Amino acid sequence: MRYAYYPGCSLHSTAKEYDHSLRAVCERLDIQLAEIKNWFCCGSTPAHSVSNLLALALPLGNLALVQKMNLTEVIVPCPSCFSRFKSALYKVENERELSQKMKAVIGSSLANGIKVCHPLEIMSSESQLDRIANLKKQELAGLKVVCYYGCLLTRPPKVAQFDICEHPETMDRILKAAGVTTLDWSYKTDCCGASFALSKTDIVLRLSNEILEAAKAVGADGIAVACPLCHLNLDARQEEIEATYGVDYNLPILYFTQLLGLSFGLPPGELLLRKHFVDATRKLKEAGLHAR
Amino acid sequence: MKIDIPMETVSEFADIIKETGRFGVDWCYQCQKCTSGCPVSYAMDYTPAQLLHATQLGLSELVLNSKTIWLCASCQTCTTRCPQNVDLAGTMDELRIIAQRRKIRAKIPEVPAFYKSSLTNISFFGRMYELGLIALLKLSTHNFSKDLGLGLKMLAKGKLNILPSFRGALAARRIFSQVNSWEKK
Repeated sequence: MRYAYYPGCSLHSTAKEYDHSLRAVCERLDIQLAEIKNWFCCGSTPAHSVSNLLALALPLGNLALVQKMNLTEVIVPCPSCFSRFKSALYKVENERELSQKMKAVIGSSLANGIKVCHPLEIMSSESQLDRIANLKKQELAGLKVVCYYGCLLTRPPKVAQFDICEHPETMDRILKAAGVTTLDWSYKTDCCGASFALSKTDIVLRLSNEILEAAKAVGADGIAVACPLCHLNLDARQEEIEATYGVDYNLPILYFTQLLGLSFGLPPGELLLRKHFVDATRKLKEAGLHAR
Repeated sequence: MKIDIPMETVSEFADIIKETGRFGVDWCYQCQKCTSGCPVSYAMDYTPAQLLHATQLGLSELVLNSKTIWLCASCQTCTTRCPQNVDLAGTMDELRIIAQRRKIRAKIPEVPAFYKSSLTNISFFGRMYELGLIALLKLSTHNFSKDLGLGLKMLAKGKLNILPSFRGALAARRIFSQVNSWEKK
């Protein structure tokens, strides 16, 4: 099936490996991605902290571009963007007056009936899970990961409408189908400090430390993520966290799409594993990955 | 016996919050679920439940001058768990918006500085240009050494684009100027 694709700013810069691995995996799963031409930033946290109108106009403006492509579903892999899109749709659907105003602000009709989907939702359908199991070429059962969903994929549930909000299983199901061992843990939807990455880094270090500690405590070899900001906080800041708290984690943080790609036998180079700060090579080898 | 429970708030400030975002700040009965679940409450000067109570009482000076409004990570845990359906994370947005419009000196200035630098960046480039954001943020906070090592490593790993993209810039600029003119109305 063909979907509009909104990568968002991170997937074009700090999280290129998420974009690359998602595209590679989608190709194998027959999910066609048509990137929206001339998409722009969804506004993320800064917009909703500064102006209500702006916070709605930026995602709605992008959805209007989807409508022009004559597609009805858009894939949004970044949970921060996903949350802004969903929340803008929720607001205009529930407040008539607001939707009239927004039409004037974005200068085009509001995108009606466009569905915003996260790749985890699409890949966890029964048929896709079967496909994933059939595409499995590389044994990865020795690799034990915890799935970390973060805040905005599931919260608030009436807006996100994604899985069970306090204990999601979608990513676990997908990775299990691909032959990866996923462990249960209590920090699936805890906050990593998110957008304080550049402004209040001490908060990020503390919250992300708790997440890494919890992952280590259940015996995980790595953490699977679906969010570029969580990835940055857990991976790029891991050395700083270890130094601040006097601990040693050495926990590779992998996008779930990279794990799927590895399971499908795609070369690690194509999945841009080298972009990570914490090297996953050794743990992957120990888990039985021999492809180079 | 019929008991009439007044549904109106007693403070004008609470009414402003209610009107702008339609959040029922007066529904809170102080169960503290928001506070227990809040990942950042340890760093706040008032807990989320205290801040909400102060908002109900109309203590606008206290609320808008608190650290709490800037330390909210927008993780939505409070909004998700509130048994009274108070959108507390949404209320925090409103409070930050009001504080910025009233030009109140933020207790945690790095946070609104980050918002401002990000939005200036997006309104110009259309998509976030990280190096530009970092430069703007450093100029506004005068903290030039912060994360320098990390930034260089990210550049080396090709995680930061050297040049900005201007795709989408026109459409984004149009939206920013429309929003500006609507907000002046």
